[in-house]
Amino acid sequence: MDTLIQAAYLIAAALFILGLKQMSSPVTARRGILWAGAGMVLATLATFMAPQILDSDQVSTNIILILIAIALGGGYACYSGKKVAITDMPQMIAMYNGMGGGAAAAIAAVELLKASNEAAHDVTGTATVADMLGADVAILGILGAIIGTISFSGSIIAWAKLDGRLNRSKLLPMQHVINALLAVVTAGFAAAIYFTNSIDTIIVFYVLALVLGIFITVPVGGADMPVIISLFNALTGLAVGFEGYVLGNAAMIIAGIVVGSAGSLLTQLMAKAMNRSVANVFFAGVGTDTAVASGNGSEGVMKEIQAQDAGILMAFASQVVIIPGYGMAVAQAQHKIWELTQILTEKGVSVKFAIHPVAGRMPGHMNVLLAEAGVPYDMIYDMEDINADFKNTTVALVIGANDVVNPSAKTDSSSPLFGMPILDAIDSENIIVIKRGRGTGFSGVENSLFFADNTKMLFGDGQKAASELIQAAKEL
Amino acid sequence: MIEGLAAIYIFMLAGFTGYEIISKVPVILHTPLMSGSNFVHGIVLVGAMVALGIAETTTEQIIGFIAVLLGAGNAVGGYVVTERMLEMFKPSEKKSNGEGS
Repeated sequence: MDTLIQAAYLIAAALFILGLKQMSSPVTARRGILWAGAGMVLATLATFMAPQILDSDQVSTNIILILIAIALGGGYACYSGKKVAITDMPQMIAMYNGMGGGAAAAIAAVELLKASNEAAHDVTGTATVADMLGADVAILGILGAIIGTISFSGSIIAWAKLDGRLNRSKLLPMQHVINALLAVVTAGFAAAIYFTNSIDTIIVFYVLALVLGIFITVPVGGADMPVIISLFNALTGLAVGFEGYVLGNAAMIIAGIVVGSAGSLLTQLMAKAMNRSVANVFFAGVGTDTAVASGNGSEGVMKEIQAQDAGILMAFASQVVIIPGYGMAVAQAQHKIWELTQILTEKGVSVKFAIHPVAGRMPGHMNVLLAEAGVPYDMIYDMEDINADFKNTTVALVIGANDVVNPSAKTDSSSPLFGMPILDAIDSENIIVIKRGRGTGFSGVENSLFFADNTKMLFGDGQKAASELIQAAKEL
Repeated sequence: MIEGLAAIYIFMLAGFTGYEIISKVPVILHTPLMSGSNFVHGIVLVGAMVALGIAETTTEQIIGFIAVLLGAGNAVGGYVVTERMLEMFKPSEKKSNGEGS
């Protein structure tokens, strides 16, 4: 029986890797998730046959509990995942990821509690957790616990921030110093678990790690959220891999470490796209104090334009470049934008979409939305490919994007965004910005593009503004 | 069962595999792939089932129950969201392919 279970895990691990591989190409991506899903079902079913479970004294109670927990957890996730709007997917990924981290941490908790219980009842009286588990299992188990717990509470905070339930970016004065101290203390308790058999130590350790995850994530600015979610995704993978070692489960080790390394690389790619290091994301806290101090780069007034005039301007343009951002996602304006694009194309205007690597709340977020609306791939350009083209652009239409077109990132060394590569919308002949209000972007930094001479502001909800543009362009 | 050097080999090879998978991915698939890898670490469910399966005391059962609850949420939620995201790539591909006609 054990051989069969191991074989099932092996096949599952292979299906995960092949599935992820297929997900890396648009043509096979859909098959990829089906394969990975099949692997998951196989591994789950095989686990019901696991001898550890069947040999337990409380086998019937535990199996019933397992079934109830799967039904509740899976049922809730299925319902929420099906119901959530496409635009809100980033925070759902954050939440499901946090759940995975929490699960890994809870597995470690069961193992550590068992070991400390055994150690306390050991005849020698001085036995430690490490004696019971063995040094390697104890170390990886504790590491997985700390990583999983941080990923759990951190992801929940990321979810709350993206979902608009939590807006503050500051909890305490000198947050970074406190975080560093807290990290040291948490590490101290982690080490203490290894050398003792005290259950209290384990409890304090988990509480500290939970708080640490919260403290680390709260100061992170909104623009950096994609990086953080990706990082927590990688961390959860790592924690799962470590707990897989603790349980001697090959499928968990392979899947966890594959995700851990893939996620780390993805995190680095994202941070690089923003010209920031991963450490910088954590410790700089764009949009907190610094942003307020340097919000003086934007003198002058915003010039308003009516949709009618904007529509005419675009209809007679030779080239229009559309720059979507998170605002488009919020307004669900992608379908209207595509309709507008089709009308403009009929009138002989060359229309292109320019996507900043970190536009939206996750890399590729905008691509997903535009794909949903039906915009073909060949109209969508990456930053490197389009930037030189802005000089030949009659109208750059910025819809719901802000920080990614802020020229201060190039010119103003005091700006918190300084050094981040941006879309050079400012090089266009005209810039039309569709924006709900006069406020700053998610990073809290003033955008000097909005005050530029060639910029006109079209205030209003993205979807409504796009409809008005369609009307105006159609009438010509 | 999986110990010492063999474990280190598994860790290393799995690490390279993950790196290899991501390094050639177009930007448009970063989000679905992140979501997909989020689903894959839902395999933690399997470990959570074992943790609850071997639980003896009530405390262990409670923590194990939470583990399975969260693990199932990760696996199922990750799948549903990834599926929905990749779903959208289908019509757009058709349109871009059929544009010439």
